[in-house]
Amino acid sequence: MTDILVVLEVRDGALRKGAGELLAAARRITDGSVDALVCSAGAVNGLDALGAVGADRVLTALHPDFATYCPDGIAATAASIASSYRAVLVAATATGKDLGPRIAARMNAPCAMDVTSLDMNGNAIRVVRPVYAGKALQTLDVSSSGVIVVRPGAYPAGQHGRPGATAAVNVPSFTRRLEVAAVRKSDKGALDVAEARVVISGGRGLGDPKNFALLDELAAAFGGEAAVGASRAVVDAGWAEHGAQVGQTGKTVAPELYIAVGISGAIQHLAGMRTAKVIVAINRDKDAPIFKVADYGIVGDLFEVVPALTAAVKQARAH
Amino acid sequence: MKIAVCLRRVPDTTTKIVVAAGGKSIDEAGVKFVANPYDEYALEAALALKDAAGSGETTVVALGGDIVQETLRTALAMGIDRAVHLQGTPSADGLANARVLADHLRGGGYDLILCGKLAVDDYGQQTGAMIAELLELPCATAITRLDVAYGRASVEREVEGGVEAASCALPAVFSCDKGLNNPRLPSLKGIMAAKKKPLEVIAVTPDAGGVTVVALALPPERAPGKIVGEGAAAVPALMQALTSDAKVI
Ligand SMILES: Cc1cc2nc3c(=O)[nH]c(=O)nc-3n(C[C@H](O)[C@H](O)[C@H](O)COP(=O)(O)OP(=O)(O)OC[C@H]3O[C@@H](n4cnc5c(N)ncnc54)[C@H](O)[C@@H]3O)c2cc1C
Repeated sequence: MTDILVVLEVRDGALRKGAGELLAAARRITDGSVDALVCSAGAVNGLDALGAVGADRVLTALHPDFATYCPDGIAATAASIASSYRAVLVAATATGKDLGPRIAARMNAPCAMDVTSLDMNGNAIRVVRPVYAGKALQTLDVSSSGVIVVRPGAYPAGQHGRPGATAAVNVPSFTRRLEVAAVRKSDKGALDVAEARVVISGGRGLGDPKNFALLDELAAAFGGEAAVGASRAVVDAGWAEHGAQVGQTGKTVAPELYIAVGISGAIQHLAGMRTAKVIVAINRDKDAPIFKVADYGIVGDLFEVVPALTAAVKQARAH
Repeated sequence: MKIAVCLRRVPDTTTKIVVAAGGKSIDEAGVKFVANPYDEYALEAALALKDAAGSGETTVVALGGDIVQETLRTALAMGIDRAVHLQGTPSADGLANARVLADHLRGGGYDLILCGKLAVDDYGQQTGAMIAELLELPCATAITRLDVAYGRASVEREVEGGVEAASCALPAVFSCDKGLNNPRLPSLKGIMAAKKKPLEVIAVTPDAGGVTVVALALPPERAPGKIVGEGAAAVPALMQALTSDAKVI
């Protein structure tokens, strides 16, 4: 039993991004087959591309209740076939973190959450996961047939050229205990900090909620690749939405580029962004702790630096 | 309405982590322990619902060694009516712990079981959903809004790019996220009253489960960064670094 089951996320009839990354993670712990389970109410776009990124088979489970997120039905379906797999992999998104433990409980198997690396160790799956807000890394051996919830971005999607055959899976009878409505998109239709390639976060140094416009402009200069985040201090002050908060009690982000503007770099903030590939800090206090984790820092007044940076990014991207 | 809240005792979030001898856990010397911040949202939600209803009973349940009684008293000081200490050593496997909690909560006649969305020590993020599955109850995790009326609950949770609303019949299990409410602080009167509130101790033995802790280690240090300059004049140097060295623009 070396095969892996990967449960993919569908929203509004489309696969969520990250399927290739999850399949790449699955490939790390098997030379056998990787099956991708897709639960939906109808046809889903993009399934034919899953073979190329590592799915040997795409298992589709159709049910009218799957038009919106249906944790009871998806967990029941995944658990009903899970016993023939070495492990079940789910992405550590809001949905995956909700779903993984449910599948594990139904399988009577352990669940390792928010895993950043995985390998086989004998019959166990050896995983590494950040704990204590990223201040430590825990290595666990998870007995076979567990659920591994893999942090997005842990492994880049690879090319495999697998057949990607499709098969239908029966949805077992289940009780729909929770009724979930369609996702209400956030007001601006803006990119989520957890998904953006570039995150620009503002803190109390902005001085006034209206000054977030400076960060919106810088984000816009990145042409749809950047999201605006915030420290807890400004979220609690009502300057930014909860969904924008980065840190221990907010979102964990791992973008390619994180720009902290007027943020001191409290340990709880660092917990949410220290694994960004490149960190830039703009702060007028040269002793601000954010400079300890920043790859590049500018000491100065953000009201002067940010507009200059916006202009420079626009110019650089125009070329 | 009867409401149960599951509580965990965790190191304060400002704790500097030192790995203990043996390399599998933290060195607890000098560490200040507090109620898990997310569990405080659950406690507040329970108290607010009882306040609004004008009747009912709130119970806080914690699994752990005798020291968790200290944290249970904090919850009682906030206004929770009674506490249950499930006395035993938590397993490294979240399912084993969820099973112990579920076994205790089953048959307790609770309309609502609330947890934090995660504990800031092991970041397990599974207790609530697992308790719900074990008890075959409806569940939503990481909720930022909770309304209860006529035997049903409506909740909201944040997902990537938006908000998901959901509803279900009670009894139900929810795990609570920041944004749900602003937890109250224990009052002096509450602290005095907490000393006299009931705290029941029940010995439990979580099973070993299917997870073994191999190691706990500090993350690799980020390579020291550099200050590229001061003020707007430093922007060209920053752009140079981001485009040529780091190649992220
Ligand atoms: C349990 C718990 C959980 C927490 N969770 C989080 C979390 O998830 N996320 C989070 O962010 N915080 C969290 N915090 C709060 C955290 O401890 C800090 O209070 C918070 O991050 C500070 O926000 P800040 O950096 O915006 O504000 P401050 O610390 O006030 O920093 C403002 C910075 O702006 C700079 N500045 C001011 N004016 C200018 C200017 N004109 N130009 C340039 N720089 C300027 C200042 O030098 C200063 O460094 C948590 C705290 C606790 C206790």
